[in-house]
Amino acid sequence: MADEKENIGEKKYKYSIIIPTYNERLNIAIIVYLIFNHLRDVDFEIIVVDDGSPDGTQDIVKQLQQLYGEDRILLRARAKKLGLGTAYIHGLKYATGDFVVIMDADLSHHPKYLPSFIKKQLETDASIVTGTRYVKDGGVHGWNLMRKLTSRGANVLAQTLLWPGVSDLTGSFRLYKKLVLEDVISSCVSKGYVFQMEMIVRASRKGYQIEEVPITFVDRVFGTSKLGGSEIVEYLKGLVYLLLTT
Amino acid sequence: MKHVVKILSLLVAVSAFWIALLQAAIIPRSHTWLLPIYFVVSLGCYGLLMVGIGLMQFPTCPREAVLLQHDITEAKDFLSANGVDVRSD
Repeated sequence: MADEKENIGEKKYKYSIIIPTYNERLNIAIIVYLIFNHLRDVDFEIIVVDDGSPDGTQDIVKQLQQLYGEDRILLRARAKKLGLGTAYIHGLKYATGDFVVIMDADLSHHPKYLPSFIKKQLETDASIVTGTRYVKDGGVHGWNLMRKLTSRGANVLAQTLLWPGVSDLTGSFRLYKKLVLEDVISSCVSKGYVFQMEMIVRASRKGYQIEEVPITFVDRVFGTSKLGGSEIVEYLKGLVYLLLTT
Repeated sequence: MKHVVKILSLLVAVSAFWIALLQAAIIPRSHTWLLPIYFVVSLGCYGLLMVGIGLMQFPTCPREAVLLQHDITEAKDFLSANGVDVRSD
């Protein structure tokens, strides 16, 4: 807990946390609560980019704004589901922080790691701090053997082909210097998790300093198969694309 | 320099070395011809080994799921007491 207070130092930085949402009416409330719990001495804003969720996510965000303040929670919605990359770009337009954090809304990314991202960045002056699930203090819960196998196989293949310099390529829990995010995102064209890979590989190629912090990832949509044959083909195509164009 | 150019340069350098070995005949030619196959097979075995080791050492965190449940309960209690609707649908 002392860490969370000592990280401010001489200059006080502001952090913009962009959370794309689609049908996350309960999770977004919990995530906002947890963020406020774990970033007590930090100047931050949360930017919720909701893609027209039919379950009323935006109504919940408005209630949260009443509770926490409209200056702390920004609702910047879009009319329909338009994809992750454009959601970040959209959220970036309204971000007033020095740093931007991107994270998922489904509670697989726990806000309790936010202080460690911030601390790592302040210690190393890194341009990007990325969360990694695959190191000793990190981990995943909710994956069966098959899922772990494909994850590991995909990772080894990507490491061999791309030499990316990070251990977790498809992770999407990251802190960026705002200018770095703007620079990298403008050159990325992929979709889905290949987009996350493209971001980190392009950043690495551009010479930005990237540091990692361990995170734990609790997959609560376990059972919903996110890895069919078409996913694997898409992944391989993404790898070849990154191999040839970065 | 693009990454793929780096890899191709590496392959060209290794191929040049292999051709030089063939011509110099320091190692018997019959062995030299097979070197690329040895190399590819070794690479494949190394890859499988890394996958296997990674799988065995795959970090898991069952405790985190429990902690998350506590956090969710705590959050729901606080939020519903402060005017935020916490129903799932």
